[in-house]
Order: sequence, then structure tokens, then C-alpha cells
Amino acid sequence: MRINDVILRTVVRFVVFIILTLAIYLFFAGHYSPGGGFIGGLVIASAFVLLYVTFDIEKVKKGIPVDFKKVAALGVFLAVGTGFGSVLFGVDFLTQAAKKFHIPLLGEKELGTVMLFELGVALTVVGVVMTIIVSIAEGDGD
Amino acid sequence: MMIKGILTIALIFFTITVVICLYRVIKGPTLPDRVVALDMIGVNMLSMIAIISLLQNTTAYLEVILILGILSFIGTIAFSKYIERGVIIERKSNR
Repeated sequence: MRINDVILRTVVRFVVFIILTLAIYLFFAGHYSPGGGFIGGLVIASAFVLLYVTFDIEKVKKGIPVDFKKVAALGVFLAVGTGFGSVLFGVDFLTQAAKKFHIPLLGEKELGTVMLFELGVALTVVGVVMTIIVSIAEGDGD
Repeated sequence: MMIKGILTIALIFFTITVVICLYRVIKGPTLPDRVVALDMIGVNMLSMIAIISLLQNTTAYLEVILILGILSFIGTIAFSKYIERGVIIERKSNR
């Protein structure tokens, strides 16, 4: 039986990019307002889940050729690496530093090593959530 | 002052709508009834959060509105696909 879902596929192609934009906004807003690496990772994972639901596993794997287990491992490595990086400078584990920079077009912005830690958290969340969901979906024994 | 009263009355009406939808979710004779009622609960909750953020005069809830909309959308699509095809994530679709 052929199923007609042209509307869903057309809408999802645009909506996925809106969701990814929201995820990036949430990731960078997490310094002083609601947001951060965990929430950003969850929203990115929800965009991927939307792709998996609309299309099938093989088509998405051809489009996004990423092994999500390796993404989770890279995220944990980044998050722990920022902790050990502070040990190399002679301060306590996970000590974070921040400095104000003048970026053209954006003005005065504060950049910190917290962002690298948050990036690690986001990658870990994306990797773990997508690994769980894809392995549950592949495990239907019929 | 009058705006505040109007918004409070609107909140009460939204609450009544959510309760009616909850009745449909529990009682609903078929699965599509329940799915449509759940989607409607999500939309009404979005509106309630918007009204609450107006009442408290803050913008802190705007991300909640966006994320609740996204999750309600994905949930409705997943339920509809379950009703129509039986599986939510297919290994290979025959198109």
C-alpha cells in the first residue's frame, strides 16, 4: 500500500532547520538565562528524531553518516579534557576561566572555557539519546 | 487593571478547555480521538504559558513555548504514524 505523506515531508524539510536554529540559540543563551549544553543537545536530538520518523533509518544514515556512539565518546572526552586542562595550569580540576573580547559586528562579548565544557555535554547528550532511540527502533523482532 | 482581569478570565477558560480535552483523552472511543485531544491540550498549554508570561510581565517563558510546540508536533506525528503504519521508525520504507 502506497502512503501519501507529501505534506509531512515538505514541512519537515523546513522545520528541521528551525529546530536546529533554536538549539544553537539555546546553546549560546545558557550563560545567564535558561538554556545550555544539555537542553541544546536534547533539542538537536529531537530534530534528528523528527528526521528519523519522517524518513527511514537507511535514508537518514546516508544523509548523516555519523556514528552516534563515537559522538558521545567525543563529547565525554571534551568535557573531561576541559577539566584536566585546568590541572595543567596549576589550578584545581574543572576550574573555568573567562575573558572579555571585542568581536567585530557583535561588540563586547565574554568568552569562557565553560563553552567547551558545554559543547562536550551537548555532544554527549546527542550521542546517547540518538543511540538509545535508534537501537530501540532497530530492535523490533518481527 | 482591566487587561489583567481579561487575561485571568481567559486563563480560566483555557483551563476548562484542557479539562474537557482530558475527558476526551480518557474516554475517547478511538485512538485518533485521543491523539487529537492530546494535540489540543498541547496547543492550549502553549496559549496558557503565553498568557502567564504576559501577566507576570516577563520573557523568561518564551523558550518554554517554543520547545513545548516542537515536542507536541513531534509527538502528534509519531502517534499518527503509529496509527497509520504500526511502526514509528522504519528501517526501509517502500517508496
